[in-house]
Parts: sequence; structure tokens; C-alpha cells
Amino acid sequence: MTTALRIAFLPLTDAAVLAVAREKGFAEEEGLSLDLVRTVSWATLRDRLVFGQVQAAHMLAPLAVAVTLGLSQQAAPLSAPYKLNVNGNMLVMASDFAQALDPDVAARLDDPLGTAHDFAAAIGLWRRKPVIGVVHRFSSHAIMLRYWLASAGVDPDRDVVLRVVPPSLTVEAMRLGEIDGFIAGEPWGSAAVDAGIAEAVAIGERIWRRGVEKVLAFRTPWLEENPQLVDGLLRALVRAAAWCDEPEHHEALAHLLSQPQYVDQPAELILRALSGGIVARVDMAPLHMPDFMLFSREATPFPWRSQALWLYSQMVRWKMVEHRSDNAAKAAAVFRPDIFRRALADSNVPMPGASMKVEGAVASPLAVGSKRGELTLGPDRFFDGRIFDPERIEDFLASF
Amino acid sequence: MRIVIIDDSGLRATVLEEGLREAGYDDIHIVPPRGGFVARLERMAPDVVLMDLGSPSRDTLEEMLSVSRALARPIAMFVDQSDDSMIGAAIDAGVSAYVVDGLRKERVKPVLELAVRRFNAFAKIQTELDEARTALSDRKIIDRAKSILMSQRGLSEPDAYALLRSSAMNQGKKIVDVAQALITASDLLGGAL
Repeated sequence: MTTALRIAFLPLTDAAVLAVAREKGFAEEEGLSLDLVRTVSWATLRDRLVFGQVQAAHMLAPLAVAVTLGLSQQAAPLSAPYKLNVNGNMLVMASDFAQALDPDVAARLDDPLGTAHDFAAAIGLWRRKPVIGVVHRFSSHAIMLRYWLASAGVDPDRDVVLRVVPPSLTVEAMRLGEIDGFIAGEPWGSAAVDAGIAEAVAIGERIWRRGVEKVLAFRTPWLEENPQLVDGLLRALVRAAAWCDEPEHHEALAHLLSQPQYVDQPAELILRALSGGIVARVDMAPLHMPDFMLFSREATPFPWRSQALWLYSQMVRWKMVEHRSDNAAKAAAVFRPDIFRRALADSNVPMPGASMKVEGAVASPLAVGSKRGELTLGPDRFFDGRIFDPERIEDFLASF
Repeated sequence: MRIVIIDDSGLRATVLEEGLREAGYDDIHIVPPRGGFVARLERMAPDVVLMDLGSPSRDTLEEMLSVSRALARPIAMFVDQSDDSMIGAAIDAGVSAYVVDGLRKERVKPVLELAVRRFNAFAKIQTELDEARTALSDRKIIDRAKSILMSQRGLSEPDAYALLRSSAMNQGKKIVDVAQALITASDLLGGAL
């Protein structure tokens, strides 16, 4: 007997694991039939989840924290027991604007710190306060953009205009000159590059080597009441994610996602994020960025509580929420490593022994304590070398 | 009560506006979600904003509502948060409402109910239109297949149609599918069929 689950998603490359779980039979093996509900705004995705029209959603990790803290319309406790991916964002700016930056695009992307300072200088040369599109105030992209700009002394609330533009309208908004650039999930940055109107200025993965991106979010009461469905779904997703990370599957995956019920963009554009072959400027040979977007390896899906807390720290930093110990506790509790462990207890997935770690401390691949199998963590450095100790959040906040 | 409808589809917005006017609301404005719509909306200072749930611009609108100084009043979504069936109906119909805080629920409820009914009615019209359009294109396909049969096989029009129909019945397919297959085959063979 199969049970139907409705899951809302936005048409983005990083919805891949959900599409594969459905299309390649991984969900079916767990007795689940997935009804994937294509949604075009984060607000509607949030409402569908909060008001029970769907059981789960492909959600921006900071949005799950924000909804739980009551910062985004109706408050509701959400739980994220699974990370759908890490990395996958790209900041693109109008070609005119990018002229003020290092003309060697590869060097520009390799040196986010230098580029941030060049960007700060370019602001004064631009004909207006640069307008940068972000997909949502509680998006990983907006948080990373703020972090990056601020490292060069740019106040993202004063020196630039951050304008919310839905991913599917970003390229059009650039064409019309409504925005001067944007940061969004793929394939939208690539689409703007291909249109010849923008070039890559920063890559999410170079700002935070393992940046939290989308999570699978549930309403907490539903998650607690349906352990078998949740566990089955997580097992299916883990297998789907491993499938997605295999280089020999990337072309088929890009083709699958290009269909109208998913991303509805050319497979060739979608492939770039999957394979890490990023075209940074139109007509340039692709750069090789194997960590551009990850689904499975290095325990990518594991929801480290410290990562939820890092997002929370940035929300406090930008005065989106007041720092109080109860808020911090609520934010950390959105990520549910306990559920992940329970669901995969009988699998051979390497399982971290801890639920928190110091973020930004791993410079090169590191073997760590695992309850089972070999677990290697990838480098997780922040480009500015900062280290986030979740036990000392006040000190971290004071350092900005 | 000033109501602003944000909608891409002129037709649906009109259907909704008419309904509201019939119900006695007269301060209604339609704003398409393009360009600087947020600034326009801010100047209008609406009490209720109705928007298509399927519009990608909802995130842009919400951002404005959360930072706007001109509309420095918190905005709540859905009229009666305690009524799950109402929320479900609104989501199914594809309509969202932003309501100025402090506006009495009883005053807003009929507006949202009406919006849900009108959005549903519009969806029905849209489906019927789509069906009519499909029927029209089906007829064109069948006509073209008939004319191929008439010219290649020297059949009369009724005989050509009868042949298509009996082939469809034998194969358990729709006439339009058989007709389409015939046209494709004919094209592939350079009209030699």
C-alpha cells in the first residue's frame, strides 16, 4: 500500500532530490507516492505548508527559522530533519558594473575578499545606488550577500538597495534595468549570463564553502505524529541524493529537471550547477567548480544544529530578530538531527556523532568521528576566515 | 474600505472587481504586479490587498509590507486564522489577502469569501475556454486528416471521416489522435501517403 505525500517546491535546480525520489522509484520503494506541488513564490510555499495544504516543503533554510520565530506572517513551529543541498548560489551583476571589478573572472571568483573590496569601490562609480535582487529577505542568498558585502565595509541596508525579486523574474528585471544584478539559486544566474546581460561576481560556495541552502521542512506537530512516513521519506531522499551526486547521472538529471513540471528551463543551463561547469561570462569556457552544488557527499543532508544557529546569528546581526536565549533555542531546534538519526538508524549512511560543530574550522577534508562508516567532512571555511562557535554566539555577534 | 486587487490577468481582476462592486464596495483599484507596482500600492494606502496566490510577485509584495513606512501597520494574512476550511478554500482558489491590522474581521470576511467565489468562477471559465480552444484545434487536425484521405484515397468527406472513426474505434484511440498520426505519417512521407 502506498501513502501519498504532498510536497511543495520552487522550480530551482536544487529541488533535484525531490524530483529524483519521485521519478526514479526511491519514494515508491518506501511505499510513498510523492505529489510534488510546483509553486512560484516562497510566500505561497510557506502558506501551503503552514496551513496544511502540503505535508512538507523545499524551503529556504532561513525561512524555516523565520516562520518558527514568527517573523514571516503566521508563526508556526517548523522542523527540518533533512538538508536538500548545500551551496548553489551565484551573484551576477550587469556587465557594465562588473567592468569595475577584476577583468579576470576566474581570479575574481577565487578571491571573494578582494572582490568584495572592489565591489565596495564600484558602488561609488555606479550611476545610482546599486539595486541588487534577492529572492527573499530570509533566503540563504540574501544572508550570504550581506555577509560578503559587510566584510568590505558595505552596509547592505544603506549602501545598496536589496530588492526582492522572484527567481523567475530576475532576468526580465535586469533587462528592464529595474535591478543591476541579483543573487539567486540556479539556473537563474546562468540564465542571465547566457542572455549576455550579466556576469558572475561571486559564488556562494566561495563565500561559505559548505553553505546551508534548502531544507525539507515539516510542520512540527505533523512530523511528530507521523514518524513512519517521515522516516520513509528521509530514507528515500538519502538514496535519491546519492543518485544526484553521481557525475554519470548529471545529464539525465538536467534533462529531467528541464521538464515543464519541474524547472522548465533548458537542460544545458541546469547542467552547469550540477556538474560545476560554471560559465561566468557569456562565450567564456566553463570554469570547473566541483563543489558548486552538493546533495549527498560529506553528509550534506545532515542538519547540524550549529548551522541553524549560524543563520540565526546573521538574522540577529541584521536586526531581523532580537537575540534572546529562547529565540536562539527555538532557532537551533528547527534543525532535527535526532529525526535524521532515527530515520537512518538501519542504513549504512555515515552518521556524525555530534549534532553541533564549530562552523568554518575545516580547511581541508577531515575525517571525523562517526557512529558508522567513514565520514569525511569537506572544507567549510568562511571566506573571511571567521569561525562560529555555537556555544559562544554572543562573542561571535560582538565580533561584527 | 479601500481594496486593491493585484493581478496580471485583466479578466480575472475585472470579474473580481465587478463582484465587489455589486456587493456594495466602491473603493476598488486594480494594480498589475509589474515595474514599480509596490510604490504605487504604497501611495494608495489600501485596507485590503487581494492577490493571486500563483503570482511570483507575492514575495515582492510581502517584503514591501514588512518594511513600508507609509503602510506602517502590520498586515495579517487570511481573514479568519481559526477557520481552516476558509483558509483551505482560499488557497485552493488561489487567492491571498493582506489585511490592515485593526480592521474588524467581520468586515473583511465577506470580501475574502467573495474573492474566493469569484476566483473559482474565473478558474471555471478559464477551463471552459481551454476546452473550447482544444476542441477547435482538434477539429482543425481532423479536417486536415480528412483532406489528406480525400485527395490521396479519392474518398468523399463523409467516407474519409467514417474511415478515421472506424480506425479510431478499432485501435481504441481518439479520432484526433488517429488524425494526428496520419498527418505525421503523411508529412514524413512527403505527402506521398
